[in-house]
Amino acid sequence: MSEVKFSKEHEWITLEGDVATIGITKHATEMLGDIVFAELPEKGSNVEKDGTAGVVESTKAASDVYTPVSGEVVDTNQSIVDDPAKINEDPEGGAWFFKLKIKDTSELDNLMNKEEYDKFAKETSS
Amino acid sequence: MEIKKTSLNKLHQINHAKFVEFAGYEMPIQYSKGIIEEHKFTRSNSGIFDVSHMGQLFIYGDESLTEELEKIFPLDLKNLKQNCSKYSFLMNEDAGIYDDLIITKIEDGYLIILNAACKDKDFEILSNLLGSKFKMNLDNNRSLIAIQGPKSVEILNSIINGVDQLNFMTGNWFDSDNQKLFVTRSGYTGEDGFEISIPNDKAEKFVENLIEKGAQLIGLGARDTLRLEAGLCLYGHELDINKTPVEANLRWAISKSRLSNGGFIGSKKIMNQMQDGASQIRVGIKPEGRLIAREKTKIFNDTDKQIGEITSGTFGPSVNGPIAMGYVDKEFSKVDTKILLEVRGKKHPANICALPFYKKNYVKGVN
Repeated sequence: MSEVKFSKEHEWITLEGDVATIGITKHATEMLGDIVFAELPEKGSNVEKDGTAGVVESTKAASDVYTPVSGEVVDTNQSIVDDPAKINEDPEGGAWFFKLKIKDTSELDNLMNKEEYDKFAKETSS
Repeated sequence: MEIKKTSLNKLHQINHAKFVEFAGYEMPIQYSKGIIEEHKFTRSNSGIFDVSHMGQLFIYGDESLTEELEKIFPLDLKNLKQNCSKYSFLMNEDAGIYDDLIITKIEDGYLIILNAACKDKDFEILSNLLGSKFKMNLDNNRSLIAIQGPKSVEILNSIINGVDQLNFMTGNWFDSDNQKLFVTRSGYTGEDGFEISIPNDKAEKFVENLIEKGAQLIGLGARDTLRLEAGLCLYGHELDINKTPVEANLRWAISKSRLSNGGFIGSKKIMNQMQDGASQIRVGIKPEGRLIAREKTKIFNDTDKQIGEITSGTFGPSVNGPIAMGYVDKEFSKVDTKILLEVRGKKHPANICALPFYKKNYVKGVN
């Protein structure tokens, strides 16, 4: 599996072959607070880089989930729809959002690595 | 304008509050445990709320003040006993609501608790209506602390002996640590609890004392989910200048004895609406599934006609599901009516339901 990469919209992405797994970062969940609702893209649908691919809602507000790369949705994580609190518990592990079959792996090139993202998250939240 | 801070600001910081600006004040939206845990702690134990941003208006006077206030509020103040409180409204001639409030008859006049965002305007309106005949004091030297939840009575009584003898919606002056505190058994969470009016310089120590006895600080976020579960209105959401108490389904707050003769501001409109009914009315709404419908969500019937709008919507931690309130056309206001909510371009099924979502635990008669 590839190195974890991060977007400025606080998504993480890993790549295995041409299938990417995408979720939201721990930092994002800390900013959102208790997550009580998740909506995922439909399996078989196509999503575009930087487009909306889902929604999470905390007790306070709704936030869009974006996809950092384009592709076809090949799997979604129903367990976070049934129990959204899982997203707070394990955001960068078991609480992944969706998997995409991607066409253009170069779309990952401009994303941040862990060190860059941690710095970015720290700067933007203060 | 510089943001205002309450006397408890430092204590909020020490307790890792996340702050938001609310009505010109820096207020804690939540602490480190988060809204859901804070909400559940209040329901099972005892939560402390800093509501010092709210207005504490003392108006001093005798029977002539009671007479003047009856021209303003739809209440039977003449028969209100000393130390008893009533929920009421400040309205315009069209019965539009300037503010909702709690008024308590005290020994030398009245104490009115006003919403933070409305208090300065309320003071201006009431000053104009009452003239200079009565001394009025919107007291900035006092903080207001609410303590809510089943363990609150035991905790507060261990600090202020005798508060356990208060009935719901009554209050009294108590001496504590050589200070005069006005304590009412009231609140806005659907739980038994108290509100304590205390001099600013004593507030921090008082709250530290409550924390030592086992209560915890709770932010405005949980205050909102608690009041929504209890089916209580929030000014600026369920209530505003374009809504009347009848439309807001708050007829119970209007004293029956005042409905026959009127004589208060807005009485004509109220009496007409009581007779003919209002065209739209506030209802409880439960979305099916987990979907959350926020404020401004449009409500439709099954033939695609818009019939209303959501005014507050969130996830109810004790209900363990989404809850909302809103206004719908009268013919759709019956419990169990099926409606549709438009969220992110799609219509989702929901039902009109009875309020409150969560059953109240008020203490009605201790003595």
